[in-house]
Amino acid sequence: MSVDTAAVKRVARLARIAMTDAEAERLRADLNAILGFVEQLNEVDVAGVEPMTSVQPMAMKKRDDEITDGFYPEKIVANAPASENNFFVVPKVVE
Amino acid sequence: MTDLTGLTIAEIRDGLRRKDFSATELARAYIGAIERARALNAFIAETPDRALAAAAQSDARIARGDIRPLEGVPLGIKDLFCTEGVHSQAASHILNGFRPPYESTVTANLWRDGALMLGKLNMDEFAMGSSNEASYYGPVVNPWRANGSDEKLVPGGSSGGSAAAVAARLCAGATATDTGGSIRQPAAFTATVGIKPTYGRCSRWGIVAFASSLDQAGPIARTVRDAAIMLRSMAGHDPKDTTSADLPVPDYEAAVGAGMKGLRVGIPKEYRLDGMPPVIETLWEQGRAWLKAAGAEIVDVSLPHTKYALPAYYIVAPAEASSNLARYDGVRYGLRVPGDDLVATYENTRAAGFGAEVKRRILIGTYVLSAGYYDAYYLRAQKVRTLIKRDFEECFAAGVDAILTPATPSAAFAIGSKAKASPVEMYLNDIFTVTVNMAGLPGIAVPAGLDERGLPLGLQLIGRPFDEETLFRAAQVIEDAAGTFAPARWW
Repeated sequence: MSVDTAAVKRVARLARIAMTDAEAERLRADLNAILGFVEQLNEVDVAGVEPMTSVQPMAMKKRDDEITDGFYPEKIVANAPASENNFFVVPKVVE
Repeated sequence: MTDLTGLTIAEIRDGLRRKDFSATELARAYIGAIERARALNAFIAETPDRALAAAAQSDARIARGDIRPLEGVPLGIKDLFCTEGVHSQAASHILNGFRPPYESTVTANLWRDGALMLGKLNMDEFAMGSSNEASYYGPVVNPWRANGSDEKLVPGGSSGGSAAAVAARLCAGATATDTGGSIRQPAAFTATVGIKPTYGRCSRWGIVAFASSLDQAGPIARTVRDAAIMLRSMAGHDPKDTTSADLPVPDYEAAVGAGMKGLRVGIPKEYRLDGMPPVIETLWEQGRAWLKAAGAEIVDVSLPHTKYALPAYYIVAPAEASSNLARYDGVRYGLRVPGDDLVATYENTRAAGFGAEVKRRILIGTYVLSAGYYDAYYLRAQKVRTLIKRDFEECFAAGVDAILTPATPSAAFAIGSKAKASPVEMYLNDIFTVTVNMAGLPGIAVPAGLDERGLPLGLQLIGRPFDEETLFRAAQVIEDAAGTFAPARWW
């Protein structure tokens, strides 16, 4: 399986990374090298094999549905590039 | 005054108790060493004031006999760990200026036990790399050089700064993380000891996530004993990380020196690669002989799906990374490059903020998870992962206690030497180490010798889940036989 420049740009859009045609062309070669490398997985007989979903078998612990943290919004927005009144400020989304 | 930076963590512990020197003197010695070693580019943020303040507190405690397990021990912290109020950027520009308002659980554990922080260590951006050449802050230079050469070598990656700093005696020990070999491979390139514990042994809370089903924190140190001492403090259950294991942490140091009697060590034939340098094969045989002489039974074993671990990893890890790195969008923290609208802001920010290797991996990850490709790539890779894990389970069930392999397919290479190669060539550095992350097992790299150019080579031991003790036992046997190695100071 290999990708063309249009596919690279499509994937870049999905990943929300701006990309020029020149960059997409450069990345195309890299991505095709990687996809070529992983092709060998098709040699493996995976019939009847479950995908691994849990690295160490364990039941997920749950906590009580109670508020036990929070009430420090100034800490939450402290690293924000733009904030106002403890809100994150972004370019307008809704027209 | 003797060079205090030459002391191991175990020796620091004894020396401080005997009051041979103070924690403040020790911290000052390391701060000076770091100032003289900037050519290595191991530290990207130095915190000498914080270190001295903590050392003063340690001295007060020592004076009143209230001594914690790592009291006064100066450590370097990989930039992937969130350290409250201090630069924590995963060596990336996209987290420009980020100072977390919280502390990672692993580093909080180290401060709880009395250790102090000298600074944040350089690494491959977002832990993606095997040479520390992919950092926004520039490459780390290996303190080791080939005989008669001043060519700059890589320290390995992604924990290159951690390994270089420990090898160059810029800190007594360092924290690191390992997703595909990022503790063990740099340890092998720098003659240091690095252990990736079992998945779930250490908490991942507060560690910038790369691949959530593969990441694990662990120590890099100068000796097996030091690594055991550090791991005991770092490990433990954390309610904030549901993948952390609710199991008590053993006294790992007690396992050091227990020898190999009654243990069976497996030698997997699939780790013998065509074209492997003869010196590595020789070292592997030497390792076998050392373990046998210490009382181990050596057996040949087979792990049939070994060769598929690396390609499966290069589907699973980028896929998980594409999800984990989606949060870097310029909204809540780090770099923002404005655009005409919100989506343009995301796209501009991410294009400007991420380095080339990170972009490659996000794109591969996005592709293999996208509609139409998910089954062919991601699902298949996760099934292969089950088979890789099963190979190990069957091997351990047959009575093998630990598996001995080479750690890397070569010694440290020159900075820039793989710049024109395909990305896959860099990925091959992890060929012996990724299997361990894919199976969630513990793995340790221990220095075993030097190659014909005087460069370090290590051996790797792989263990049963949560049996890091057997790894410390075996690694100590190798350290006793091989000795310890330190680079000659050229900086």
